[in-house]
Amino acid sequence: MNALDLARWQFGITTVYHFLFVPITLGLGFLVAGLQTAWYRTNKDEYLRATKFFGKLFLINFAMGVVTGIVQEFQFGMNWSSYSRFVGDIFGAPLAIEGLLAFFLESTFLGMWIFGWDRLPKKIHLASIWLAAIGTMLSAYFILAANSFMQHPVGYVYNPETGRAELTSIVAVLTQKTATTTFFHTMSSGFLVSGALVAGVSAWLLMRGNSVEVVRPTLKLGLVTTLVASVLVFISGDMQSRVMVQQQPMKMAAAEAQFDTTTNASFSIFTIGSLDGSKPLVQIRIPNLLSIMATGSASGSVEGINDIQAQYEQKYGPGSYKPVIPVAYWTFRLMIGFGALAGVFALWALWATRKGRTPKSKWFTRAALVIPLFPLVGISMGWLFTELARQPWIVFGLMRTESGVSPAVSSTEVLISLVVLTLLYAVLAVVEVGLLAKAIKLGPPENVVVHDDAAPGNERVLTFSY
Amino acid sequence: MSHETLQLIWFVLIAVLWIGYFVLEGFDFGVGMLLRIVGKNEAERRAIITTLGPLWDGNEVWLLVAGGATFAAFPEWYATLFSGFYLPLLLILVALIIRGVAFEYRSKHGNATWRGRWDWAIAIGSFLPALLWGVAFANIVRGVPLAKSSAGHIEYVGGFFNLLNPYALLGGVVTLTLFLTHGAIFLSLKTDGVIRERAHALVGKIGLVAAVAAVAFLLWTQLAYSEKAWTWIPILLAAAAWLSGLAADRAGRDGWAFVFSSITMGLAVISLFGVLYPNVMPNIDRALVGLDIHNASSTEYTLKVMTIVAVIFTPIVLVYQTWTYWIFRKRMTAEQIPSPESGTLGLPESAKETAG
Repeated sequence: MNALDLARWQFGITTVYHFLFVPITLGLGFLVAGLQTAWYRTNKDEYLRATKFFGKLFLINFAMGVVTGIVQEFQFGMNWSSYSRFVGDIFGAPLAIEGLLAFFLESTFLGMWIFGWDRLPKKIHLASIWLAAIGTMLSAYFILAANSFMQHPVGYVYNPETGRAELTSIVAVLTQKTATTTFFHTMSSGFLVSGALVAGVSAWLLMRGNSVEVVRPTLKLGLVTTLVASVLVFISGDMQSRVMVQQQPMKMAAAEAQFDTTTNASFSIFTIGSLDGSKPLVQIRIPNLLSIMATGSASGSVEGINDIQAQYEQKYGPGSYKPVIPVAYWTFRLMIGFGALAGVFALWALWATRKGRTPKSKWFTRAALVIPLFPLVGISMGWLFTELARQPWIVFGLMRTESGVSPAVSSTEVLISLVVLTLLYAVLAVVEVGLLAKAIKLGPPENVVVHDDAAPGNERVLTFSY
Repeated sequence: MSHETLQLIWFVLIAVLWIGYFVLEGFDFGVGMLLRIVGKNEAERRAIITTLGPLWDGNEVWLLVAGGATFAAFPEWYATLFSGFYLPLLLILVALIIRGVAFEYRSKHGNATWRGRWDWAIAIGSFLPALLWGVAFANIVRGVPLAKSSAGHIEYVGGFFNLLNPYALLGGVVTLTLFLTHGAIFLSLKTDGVIRERAHALVGKIGLVAAVAAVAFLLWTQLAYSEKAWTWIPILLAAAAWLSGLAADRAGRDGWAFVFSSITMGLAVISLFGVLYPNVMPNIDRALVGLDIHNASSTEYTLKVMTIVAVIFTPIVLVYQTWTYWIFRKRMTAEQIPSPESGTLGLPESAKETAG
């Protein structure tokens, strides 16, 4: 493999890995803040114990998100220096703003929250978890705005003298539809996976009879969150696909393996036949659905891969403008399928636990354990889809992926970093999952005492330390 | 404001971000390296890590913002530097990853082997960046082999071993010893009892080594690489501040010692950026093409946008980050550390045997 392929593998592995932790951070931060608010308002011990318990899971997860995030910022320059030179004038700004507005906020106030139980007035301590959660959300917004520029460049002009894209409107970059709909979709999916995590963990503890008084309300919180989030994921995904059809028609056509332009286009649930769907043997299709998704009308016309290819050859010169069709086709389906399963589970579980019932089925416990993984897989598939189906572009219409790689870095160097980071990440995954499992098995803590009367000179034993 | 002024402003702002980073994560690194030396038992080590607990992550953000600001304001510098210093940066990344995880995960399990491993992760994860940031900065000031590529970009062409020259290695020793001392001073300020005594005893010893290394390094810098007379000023002030810090430490004035060692970090960064200006990444052969604040920078519009954002938000960040330091200002002792059971997930070892 050459340096380009290795750099792409590294980016794929490190980014998908990083984004296993990010959506949990995005949703769970707010859920923990909500639980603490419930405790603050009602003073009920169950809510405090729930806050501490899910707060611990949040922190185990957050640490991984932070350290793998540093790699993300560095590797643009390390592996993709030509890309960085080409878009730095535009792409760097949201990254720097993300650091200044979001990273400082989340890290500082999370530190306050972890260590502040005994030292801050209750109200300020509560505010600190909210501020940390808002910080994570801001961070998502700025980095998604940067990514959206790669999907659909706006607010720039190409300067032939410097040979780079230059910013003309930061407002356009930060407020374009691609960015706002992607942000909406990402936040909803963050709540989807976090809701499923809270629900799954609570259901499992409930079945074991561990801290029933704590986990019954959190089960409901998790399930309702999952259900509402799955509806929002659906709505935002629909908005995104409309935007995608206008901006990146090839991506939508690839998602559907739609080779020819058609009206009343049907949506394929799955296909058995050639991998890219060009010669189907068995398939299930929903009539008109693709046209509705793409245009909002059943009779709308959806462009096919071959026609778009012909247009792009005229526009950008000879060459292939098709992504790998089977990858686009299947990641798109798996994204939707895995996401939807979480919603279905939420419906079932809400029914099974109605009016204080405890489900007896073994299947319920089993489902509770794996269900949080489903939206996580769905999210990974979604990222693989949106990034891989943009290929051959790194910045749509402006720069091809192979032109973005660092010329000064040898394939040996990239291989070293790919191997080192992958091995390190694998070890950390084992450690992290082990810790989460331990924390979940232990369940919510008993007898939590919070002092908020810390006077200067008070040398009391800390309730929490590293 | 003209494009030239904005370029100067961003050169200064990036220097400011590195000052913040060296002052703050500098003591983090020092404390991390001293963890196993100053902390002799479990409770002491936990007390030491807890002094950093609420602060380290916020301190590290200074690096992320410095990186992001370099990307935004001087994309050519960011691209050439990060792709050029590839392997050292990879080492720094690995170090920062294991170190960050170690802080959060170490005390989540009662097992001694588990904790011992994370202690090493903290020590090594602090040692490597403390050394390598000095090596990296010294190389930037000294200049590196650069050449124009066929695409017209200025790329690093020096390879890995070129970065390990005597001047750069001395730079590494300087940041390493400065951070070690800075960390020992921080521990004297933030702990009490035996931890404080041991840390305090180390300050004078390491501080003198650091003083010799730093003076040699800064003199070498000024004589070999500076074309300006005024850079003598921050260099001499840095030396004076460092000696004042050591003197304050001897007098038992921990607070002043910390203020002076922080000022030294700041003046050291000012000296290096002062020598560097207006270059950001000069060629080792000054007659050949290099990167400066003009040919490496973003457009006037981008710099303007970034300036507005920085002017509004930097003061807010400074206020709340300072406030955190104020909240957690109390000294920490091993006696304040809760018994191993609380805050951990695993059973303590004694209980493990019976529980099976």
